[in-house]
Amino acid sequence: MNWTSFDLWIVAAGALCAVACALPGCFLVLRRMSMMGDAISHAVLPGLAAAFLITGSRTSLAMFVGAAAVGVLTAIFTEWISRFGNVDRGAAMGIVFTTLFAIGLLMIRRAAGRVDLDPGCVLYGAIELTPLDTLTIGPLDLPRVVVVMGVVLILNLAMVGLLFKELRLSAFDPGLSDTLGFSSRLLHYLLMTVVAVTTVAAFEAVGSIIVIAMLIVPAGAALLVTRRLVPMLLIACGVAAASSAIGHWLAVEVPSWFGAEATNSSGMMAVAAGLLFGVAWLFGPSEGVLTTWWRRRRGADVDHHRGPGPAVAERR
Amino acid sequence: MKTLIRNMSPRGDAADEDLSGHPSDIPLAVHDLTVAYHRKPVIWDVDLDIPEGKLVGIVGPNGAGKSTLMKACLDLIPKTSGEVAIYGKSYRSQRRMVGYVPQRESVDWDFPVSALDVVAMGTYRQLGWLRPVGRKQKRQAMEALEQVGIGHLAKRQIRQLSGGQQQRVFLARALAQDAKVYFMDEPFAAVDAATEEAIVRLLRTLNERGKTCLVVHHDLATVSSYFDWLVLLNMRVVASGPTKEVFTAANLEKTYGGHLSLIDDALRALRNVVE
Amino acid sequence: MWWNRSSVPLLLALLTMPCAASEEGFDWTDVLFLRTHNTWVVVLSTAALGVAAGMVGSFLLLRKRSLMGDALSHATLPGIGIAFAVMSVAGGDAKCLPGLLLGATVSGVLGLLVMLGIGRTTRLRDDVAMGLVLSVFFGLGVAVLGMVQRLPDAAGLESFIYGKPASIVLADFHWIVSLAGIVTVVSVLLFKEFKLLCFDDGFASSQGWPVLVLDVLLLGMVTAVTVIGLQAVGLILIIAFLITPPAAARFWTDHLPTMALLSAVIGGISGWLGASISALTPDLPAGGVIVVVAAAVFLLSMFLAPARGVIGRWLRHARLRQKIGRQHLLRGAYEILEVDQSRSGAPDNHAFPRGELQGKRTWTPRELGRILRREARRGHIEELADGRLRLTEEGFGEAARITRNHRLWEMYLVTHADIAPSHVDRDADMVEHVLEADLVQRLEAALRKQGAWVPQPRSPHRI
Repeated sequence: MNWTSFDLWIVAAGALCAVACALPGCFLVLRRMSMMGDAISHAVLPGLAAAFLITGSRTSLAMFVGAAAVGVLTAIFTEWISRFGNVDRGAAMGIVFTTLFAIGLLMIRRAAGRVDLDPGCVLYGAIELTPLDTLTIGPLDLPRVVVVMGVVLILNLAMVGLLFKELRLSAFDPGLSDTLGFSSRLLHYLLMTVVAVTTVAAFEAVGSIIVIAMLIVPAGAALLVTRRLVPMLLIACGVAAASSAIGHWLAVEVPSWFGAEATNSSGMMAVAAGLLFGVAWLFGPSEGVLTTWWRRRRGADVDHHRGPGPAVAERR
Repeated sequence: MKTLIRNMSPRGDAADEDLSGHPSDIPLAVHDLTVAYHRKPVIWDVDLDIPEGKLVGIVGPNGAGKSTLMKACLDLIPKTSGEVAIYGKSYRSQRRMVGYVPQRESVDWDFPVSALDVVAMGTYRQLGWLRPVGRKQKRQAMEALEQVGIGHLAKRQIRQLSGGQQQRVFLARALAQDAKVYFMDEPFAAVDAATEEAIVRLLRTLNERGKTCLVVHHDLATVSSYFDWLVLLNMRVVASGPTKEVFTAANLEKTYGGHLSLIDDALRALRNVVE
Repeated sequence: MWWNRSSVPLLLALLTMPCAASEEGFDWTDVLFLRTHNTWVVVLSTAALGVAAGMVGSFLLLRKRSLMGDALSHATLPGIGIAFAVMSVAGGDAKCLPGLLLGATVSGVLGLLVMLGIGRTTRLRDDVAMGLVLSVFFGLGVAVLGMVQRLPDAAGLESFIYGKPASIVLADFHWIVSLAGIVTVVSVLLFKEFKLLCFDDGFASSQGWPVLVLDVLLLGMVTAVTVIGLQAVGLILIIAFLITPPAAARFWTDHLPTMALLSAVIGGISGWLGASISALTPDLPAGGVIVVVAAAVFLLSMFLAPARGVIGRWLRHARLRQKIGRQHLLRGAYEILEVDQSRSGAPDNHAFPRGELQGKRTWTPRELGRILRREARRGHIEELADGRLRLTEEGFGEAARITRNHRLWEMYLVTHADIAPSHVDRDADMVEHVLEADLVQRLEAALRKQGAWVPQPRSPHRI
């Protein structure tokens, strides 16, 4: 296929969004809260609706603030229910986000005559239309989404860069983090805020499905390849960016096999991330499924050949 | 999910047949057993023969693979190599003979069941699929609870029991299974003195009835008074045999390596035995 | 799919019932009590769904896998799209519900297998596996829907995402009710097995129960509930049906069968009420209403349930604090009186300055004031005109009893700790109720030796 600048802008928007998600996503995965991205991206709906009903406008800022606020509320409610109600954390999350989502649906439907909000667009977005809506910055004519996601990415990079040590510590050992004066709860809510802001910034343009996927899948793939945090962050970003390009290619190419027209790129970007995860799963250098199988077949694995560790050997 | 996966041994050795070379009067025979987590061996080349009717202590430092050995014997984690025979046959075909007391932390004590419910779980296998717990099983469970001295707590939700009482519920569940070999993973961990006493009494009773009990234990001071057979484990079997022969300073040093304080404790314990 | 209608004469009778059908004119009792055909089908379907989901959800909650329902429901979307495309290309009725549901089931089960596979072969945790399956499958579903949207008739497919109960017709109703019935019956039949699986899978496995099979069965039933719920509430809100009722039921009871039953009832009522409200009010989608109703039940349970509810626990805690405050006050007063007594005799009751009591413990003056007022209301202590305090006769007896109890327990801990600290029950009103009489006598003797003996007080209560 021939890639026009149109395609390139779509890929760029997708990649910026994906990388912006992959960064906080690594910490979500390490904190065992992968599902929080899913929860927040569903739960922002009432925030959007409320912002619209109150201000009566679809200006991005009002919606942005409303949605991000509800996103953070999701995390707070989840925390409350699981702590005060003694409810399993996953269940608490499920209760909170389904309820918020349902309230959002009802609000939108109640105001159906006046609201031009389609819950569907929250899920799919319209990444294909990205290049049409441009902003002029100096001499450049950039798609608005690219600018917005660029800013979000820079913010996320700044957070990870500045708070790297704190985030790592609190993900690994919240107790120690607290005693050293880095409130793990504060960091938790900071991370949730970042996730909420990223989600809200992204879904308008590219759909929340990309956000949910990119928060988890690249981090998961990276974790299969490395056990160290910095390489993990880098690999996750690489996987995220690559899935954007591959995803768009798939969206254009695959439907033509069945004689259909190009499909939704954001969905395919999630699929592409899944494929890359599959590659890491099967062929990861140290613990890929096929890699270990192959190694075992050649008899190079474990047991008898390793013999006792040095400490034991000395004693003998 | 991880636990679920580990529970299914990939080595689906449905072997009902006798494992060759394992006499059928030996409650537990382990041969050449190696277990590895993620390529790192935890125990290796373990060979054991446990004679019938013994109270067996499995002792070793932290990380020596005591629980791993037990779980591998019960097919709860996959074996990297080697075989385990219960009375001469594979564990799969001998489950009837085996009672298991897992570590207390392995379950969620907030679960909505009463002590009696938990103990009744020991009778599930004799019930088989679909058949619900009946009066007979309830009576069996009640007897087991009374044997460990907490019959009056049968109706309590398990969270409302003290740590020692929870441990006794687990023991009662194993009793309700009416097995021939019992595997107990750290039953003495963090229990009060009364429970410890009750467990010891129970072990003696089981012993008198000719049952074999394997107990993971880590308190060297009580080893020689509780057990008549000892397995010293530190990734490999350092020694296995009657407590009197095995519980020696040399063996302990081999098991615990350079941990001086531990050795001191052990030597003090030894001296107590000698006196 | 309307042909099925003729096969059920009984339902036909109901069909021909007068439908007060004009949209604006119907009576709400018609809806709530299922008198109009259309709502009859919708309301009963959602209620049946609620019962089945509540039942299965209980086990899912206790297995700590609630969100797996979320992942599974999202994983059904590509199956729906592909089934639609296949049926459309094959030239059949492209929106034939059983076909779509079969597609949904296949891709749901595939998602389940991927999840279990990730858990089995990698060191990634459950939540990663769930999120991964959820997002990748859903992304694929979105992409497939994007591809098939140009096919004729594709317009209604998205209703599977948000649900559209009004579209449930009689034939669907049969599917929904029979599948919900099967799921409910299987959960009842395998109650014991699932209980064991959820409580202690290690033990279950050591007993020879096929843990993997049971898990797949449980999650398979979750998939079934999800699939039949797609049409009614949609794939996002169906998981509320699976999570919220059991979590609400858990607050009320510590007994698993009761909890499962209650959860099924809550699920059924939420479905019934939600669908009814939605049928009565224009512009309220049923899925949303059902979830909000279930959430309201959850919130009420979380706060009001006596056993595990927030308010109940808070009240118990407050009562405990009051009780401890009272004990501290009376013991403090008694110890003040003791200092003044002659060595031999029992202390006698007389007034003492408030400052002395204040110095007994680390309470703030306000705290002390609050406790004093409460005890004054109980008639245990009184403030004299000169500002000094004085125990009443009843208060003095109570103080002696509390002090004696406390010291006996202390002595017991010191002398018998090695035997059974678990016996110490400081809440017990009388030591004698917990320990044997001769043990109490020995403890008393030990106290006497230390000069800390408290004479057995006269009972302050009239008998």
